[in-house]
Amino acid sequence: MECVFGLVGNDFAIVVADTSAVHSILVHKSNEDKIMFLDSHKLIAASGEPGDRVQFTEYIQKNVALYQFRNGIPLTTSAAANFTRGELATALRKNPYSVNILLAGYDKETGPSLYYIDYLATLHKLEKGAFGYGSYFSLSMMDRHYHSGMSVEEAIDLVDKCINEIRSRLVVAPPNFIIKIVDKDGAREYAWRQSVADTPAPSA
Amino acid sequence: MSIFEYNGSALVAMVGKNCFAIASDRRLGVQLQTIATDFKRISKIHDKLFIGLSGLATDAQTLYQRLVFRHKLYQLREERDMKPETFASLVSAILYEKRFGPYFTQPVIAGLGDDDKPFICTMDAIGAKELAKDFVVAGTASESLYGACEAMFKPDMEAEELFETISQALLSSVDRDCLSGWGGHVYVVTPTEVKERILKGRMD
Repeated sequence: MECVFGLVGNDFAIVVADTSAVHSILVHKSNEDKIMFLDSHKLIAASGEPGDRVQFTEYIQKNVALYQFRNGIPLTTSAAANFTRGELATALRKNPYSVNILLAGYDKETGPSLYYIDYLATLHKLEKGAFGYGSYFSLSMMDRHYHSGMSVEEAIDLVDKCINEIRSRLVVAPPNFIIKIVDKDGAREYAWRQSVADTPAPSA
Repeated sequence: MSIFEYNGSALVAMVGKNCFAIASDRRLGVQLQTIATDFKRISKIHDKLFIGLSGLATDAQTLYQRLVFRHKLYQLREERDMKPETFASLVSAILYEKRFGPYFTQPVIAGLGDDDKPFICTMDAIGAKELAKDFVVAGTASESLYGACEAMFKPDMEAEELFETISQALLSSVDRDCLSGWGGHVYVVTPTEVKERILKGRMD
C-alpha cells in the first residue's frame, strides 16, 4: 500500500514514493510516478485516491505556472504550500480531494524546505515526514537515524534503510520506489529502487 | 472518536494581577501518530491580544487566517486595535455563521483591555462564549487541566509566579493525556511586555 516520505538535508530535500497503481487486490502498474515537478525547484509527492491525486496535483502545477507567467517571478516553496492548502481547505467543505501531499522545494533565500499537507488541509513545515502505511516504518527509521545537515550520501543511505524496512516488515509492501531530489540546481529524478520490472507485451 | 480529538491539543489561559498568561502544548498528531513536535496553536492578534485554537488543526489554521483578515480590516477602518471583548464577539459571530457545519475548534481568547484589565474567555465550536475570572482550558487535555488549574491557581499573581503556575499546570496535565504534550509554548503578557517561552516536558 502507499508509501510516501521525504526529508530535508544540507542544502537539498528528498522525496520518495512507491510506484504501484493498485486497485483492490490487483496491481495494475508498478512504475507509476507519484512525484510531480511543480516548477524548476519544487517537487510535489502525493498519495491518496488516484483520480483526485492526478487531478489535484496537475491543477496546482498549472496554477503555479500561471502565476509565474503573469508575474515573472516564481512562487516560493512556502507560498506554493500555502496556496495548495488554501485550495484543499476550500474543497474540504464542498467536495473534498482525498490527497495527502509532501511538498519539497529549494529557495535561494531560505534554502531547502519540506511541507506536510494532509487531505484535511493541515499544513506544517517539517524536517522529515511520511504518509501511508509505510509511515509507521519510515518515521521510526528517520527518528532514529535522521540528523540535521545530512549529506546526500547519508540521506540516500537513510532512504534505503526506510525502503528496506518497508519491504521487510510491511505485508502489503510495494515493490518499487522512486527517489527525487531538489537542491540549488533544481528538481530532478535521482534514482529508482526496483525489485520488479514491468514485463513488456510480447510482439505479435 | 471525536473530530475534536483527531490532532490532539492542550490549551490554557490564566489571569494574574494586571497580566495574563496563555499556554499550549506543541504536538501535532493524526490520532495516535505524532507528525510534528513544534506545532503552534497560539497566535498573536496584536500586542495585547492572543488567541489559542484547540481542536482540528486544519480548522484552527483556516479560522486563524479569517480572524487575522477581519482584524486587519478593523484596524484599517477604525485606526485602532480591537478590544478583547470585541474580538471575542467577532470570533463568536464567525463561528456561529457556520452553525450547521462548524469549525471543529474550541478557541481560548486572552487579552489586556482598557486600563490593562485582563480578559479571558473560551467558547464552543459554534460560538457560545464562556467568560471566566480565573482560568479557562480547552483541548483533549481539558479534563486534567481543570484539575491542575483548580489546585494551583491563586488570584492576583505577578507575571513570574503566573508563568510558573501555568507551566506546571500544563506540563502535569499533558502527562495524563496521550494526544497532547511534547513540551509547551507559554506567553506571559504584561502591560509593558510580552514574554514568550518554550517549555521542555516529557518528550514521549
